[in-house]
Amino acid sequence: MNDIIISLQNITAEYDGEKVIENMNLDIRDHEFVTFLGPSGCGKTTTLRIIGGFVEPTEGDVFFEGKRINDVPPFKRNVNTVFQRYALFPHLDVYDNIAFGLKLKNTPKEQIRIKVAEMLKLVNLEGYESRNINQLSGGQQQRVAIARALINEPKVLLLDEPLGALDLKLRKEMQLELKRIQQALGITFIYVTHDQEEALTMSDRVLVMRHGKILQNGSPEDIYNEPANAFVADFIGESNIVSGVMHKDYLVEFAGVKFECDDKGFAPLEAVDVVIRPEDFKMVSVDEGQIVGKVESITFKGVHFEIIMEGHGLKWMIHSTQSREVGAMIGLTLNPDDIHVMKKMEETL
Amino acid sequence: MRVKAAAYPYVAWALLLIAIPLGLIIYFSFTDSAGSFTMENLIQVGGYSNVLIKSVWLSVISTIICLLMGYPVAYIMSRSSAVTARTLLLLIMLPMWMNFLLRTYGWMSILENNGLINQFFGLFGLGPFEMINTQGAVVLGMVYNYIPFMILPLHSVMTKIGKDVIEAAQDLGAGPVKVLSEVVLPLSLPGIKTGVIMVFVPAVSTFIISQMLGGGGNQLIGDIIELQFLGNAYNPNLGSAISLVLMLLVLLIISVSGFLNDDDLEEKLL
Repeated sequence: MNDIIISLQNITAEYDGEKVIENMNLDIRDHEFVTFLGPSGCGKTTTLRIIGGFVEPTEGDVFFEGKRINDVPPFKRNVNTVFQRYALFPHLDVYDNIAFGLKLKNTPKEQIRIKVAEMLKLVNLEGYESRNINQLSGGQQQRVAIARALINEPKVLLLDEPLGALDLKLRKEMQLELKRIQQALGITFIYVTHDQEEALTMSDRVLVMRHGKILQNGSPEDIYNEPANAFVADFIGESNIVSGVMHKDYLVEFAGVKFECDDKGFAPLEAVDVVIRPEDFKMVSVDEGQIVGKVESITFKGVHFEIIMEGHGLKWMIHSTQSREVGAMIGLTLNPDDIHVMKKMEETL
Repeated sequence: MRVKAAAYPYVAWALLLIAIPLGLIIYFSFTDSAGSFTMENLIQVGGYSNVLIKSVWLSVISTIICLLMGYPVAYIMSRSSAVTARTLLLLIMLPMWMNFLLRTYGWMSILENNGLINQFFGLFGLGPFEMINTQGAVVLGMVYNYIPFMILPLHSVMTKIGKDVIEAAQDLGAGPVKVLSEVVLPLSLPGIKTGVIMVFVPAVSTFIISQMLGGGGNQLIGDIIELQFLGNAYNPNLGSAISLVLMLLVLLIISVSGFLNDDDLEEKLL
């Protein structure tokens, strides 16, 4: 594959003697929107900083367009970063912040003026040239940070939880805007977030990370529908995770009931994790139910109700547009393709 | 109201120990020993213009040396770990805990013609070098005594410059020199201004250092003032007049060089 722009090979990084990234291998293609997703401390920001040149891996090589760049300092790399807390220059106004990179390259003044205007238009901040940074809202500062990075026409833009400090509504707006900018410019975005919804909304490819390792590498649909293990399932969206036993191909037992499923290839009577999305349960009458239990609580969540049911000694989370009475007995059924059987994780969650 | 009341002790203090003495200095400057109005004192100050110029000159040199030496130290301190920064800070402050006279006596015994340095050179048959009683010795004494007042404000401003801002500059293509000139320097300007004032003002009115390290030939304006109050020349009216002129001169230098009124920049930093 010739369109691989960044390649990490056998990367290990240590911090205070502790491994934050362990033997990572990863190829990122040109024009891709790739997201590192994981809880804090999973090594996602460190990976980004390795690509940016701010962290040196203890082992392994970083390649940019096929050239090894381990020893290239950040200011000589053709990548730019949008930092977590924007890191704008407080002594410069909006114009000079955005022009910073071009001025360093001794670009002619007139050309800088044109490019800055272009960038301000791209991030919807026309007319803000002479504003001070502290006069801007969080969302506007974020836009300046993006413009400041993009004006250098990097081949790869690194974004380190850029929307973390914004409120929900603005965050959603900016998600769409970032996606728009990425598609308009056709450059590679490498995005870091702990927000699964953000990752699913924007990315072409999501890398779910934990303890310095990539647990799953796939499209947003794959990650949501076919989580590789219980951790990914739990991290991406809400899930019921129960222990089960695989009797034979396409037959799994959990909660004391045998279910048909779509999974195969396990050892006979292998202990497994079973993941069921709360929206996949169908509520039926007690007689028809494969799992039967009593409604313990109901919470209205806007689009749906979240119902907690106790049955078969377990608690089940159900998302449904229909409500039930607290204390009512109900039955649940599942289709075979709603049951996700996965190997037990070696470590406990 | 209660908050306001807490300021009363200081108001009383300021009135008693700043406003009234200042008034007295102005009063003495314009009167003779009998208490009648005269301009004579201020006219006499003109006779000391050489000393005044020398005082300003040596303080400017000392301030520049303090800045050039203190800046890198403050920068390194602000970029090192908390433990290292604290240790360095302690080392810089430590000499200040010792008596000022004692420290200056220390320098005398180091610089003297039969002092430590000349004894060392003597071992190789060199010297003795004339070090004590020179202008250089006075500058050395000033730098030694006042450099903490340069480093401390610089350090406090520089610790406020976020690591991410420096990384952002690197990320945008700034090498070490550009990071310094385009980001660190402009952002530490308030600290430079404070440090310069805090070194220059005491340096320009120094008196003991110049006597001890500079000998009789390097009297500074502070020494002349001292002479009018405590010395044989006893003339408090002239002493007050010189003090007044010095004060106005310092105020003039500071305001002309734009070292006041940097609220604008400090606001940006906050």
